[in-house]
Amino acid sequence: MKLELHDSPGQLVAALMPISDMGGNIKTVIHEHEHTSGKDVLSVEVVIEIPPELLDGLIVRLRERGINVLRLGEERMSYRQSVILIGHLVHTDLGDTIDRIDKTGFAEVTYMSLAMPAINERTSAQFVIKSLTREHMQQALHILRQVAKQKEFLLIEPLEI
Amino acid sequence: MVVRLALLGVGAVGRGIIHAVAEKNLGLIITAVADSRSGCIDPNGLNLKELLDRKEKIGICGDTSINAEAIVQTAPYDILVEITPTDARKGEPATSYIKEALKRGCHVVTSNKGPVALHYHELFTLALKNNVQFRFEATVAGAIPILQTLMHNLGGNEIQSLYGVLNGTCNYILTRMAEEKLTYKQALDEARTLGYAEADPTYDVKGIDAAIKLVILANTIWKKNVSLDDVDVTGIDLLTEEALRLAEQQDATIRLIGEIIPEDNVYRLCPRIIPKEHPLVVQGSLNAIIVRTDLAGDLLFVGKGAGSLETASAVIGDILSIRDMDAGGN
Repeated sequence: MKLELHDSPGQLVAALMPISDMGGNIKTVIHEHEHTSGKDVLSVEVVIEIPPELLDGLIVRLRERGINVLRLGEERMSYRQSVILIGHLVHTDLGDTIDRIDKTGFAEVTYMSLAMPAINERTSAQFVIKSLTREHMQQALHILRQVAKQKEFLLIEPLEI
Repeated sequence: MVVRLALLGVGAVGRGIIHAVAEKNLGLIITAVADSRSGCIDPNGLNLKELLDRKEKIGICGDTSINAEAIVQTAPYDILVEITPTDARKGEPATSYIKEALKRGCHVVTSNKGPVALHYHELFTLALKNNVQFRFEATVAGAIPILQTLMHNLGGNEIQSLYGVLNGTCNYILTRMAEEKLTYKQALDEARTLGYAEADPTYDVKGIDAAIKLVILANTIWKKNVSLDDVDVTGIDLLTEEALRLAEQQDATIRLIGEIIPEDNVYRLCPRIIPKEHPLVVQGSLNAIIVRTDLAGDLLFVGKGAGSLETASAVIGDILSIRDMDAGGN
């Protein structure tokens, strides 16, 4: 997110405090002196990881401190994994399979590649899943395992060592 | 001191052992041998060349009135070498033979996965009680000395996790599907033709063989009480060539990987997407294992996981280790 704050001592700390207080993880802080809109205002870009449901509350708390949120970044899912599913994917409601991940709010299917050799033969698909954190990815994979069991898919997960 | 062996099983592995004992001057003699239909005993040591000739010419190694049971119970030997085919469900009759030998106060070396996967704790306790050794290096990853290394050479380490390619047949099929774009059926047929797969490949391709090895590792290295039912098993028989191509698109491939994370009670065997340059991506019928330890860090083992000479190598290693322990007064 991009923040606008007063260029006076203690303001940056005041901006970052609520983020860590709410359990967010501050990944980087970038000062942008050249783009400041006025003499006494400073523009700062911070990259953070925070559960999406806490984001609105954070913005309120920043505003209470006189800090203006200029922009919220789109790339909130930073963790990426690729899985392969084999089975009758299309005839078992492909939309539902994807939705089970998407509706978590913490993970999304962001790419899909399908190979359908012939009618009535099993489809193979690659799903790219993005999530907020590694833990969320584990939860998303857990959901996918349950879907695979229910719909009789073979789920091939990546090996991470 | 010459160590006397009784050998149960005269298949390819058994013949490999007989050749090694006959030719290598290892300080070993074989006093008794049984195959499925006959047996022979000589307290002073059998004539091994004659025995092999007989087996080749008439198909049996000795006298049909002598069987394995009689040899286990009455023949004079220091180490029972039990290398009959694996019965993964019951582990018999091998388990009975092993128990009988241990009760007689004889050491036992086996390549048979059934008794170890099903009855390890009972057999280990029985060996301890009788002050003898029970060894089974050949049951996991063939020629790779993984069990002794983990139990002894890495003693003092906490073994935190293990990942491995533990079935050469599956690895061969997956290698060929990836490299030559073969279908699963084509690759399996090729493996059969080359002798890498049995006529009934179920035991390998459904992951049972590799899962049994995970059970043996869990129970011996981590002293767990795990059975085959505790392992989450998925074989390779439902894989498609399209899946391998999808993996290829991301510079990865698919391998059947066994995984043990004892702290989380994870005992899993399933096909996994794995980067092509990963050290576990070995070619053909090779096996590979990575262990993660607290002191020694990560260790990688690669070697032949099956084959008669490779299995014989593991069995002979166990025999000589027992011989050396006895010579040292242990």
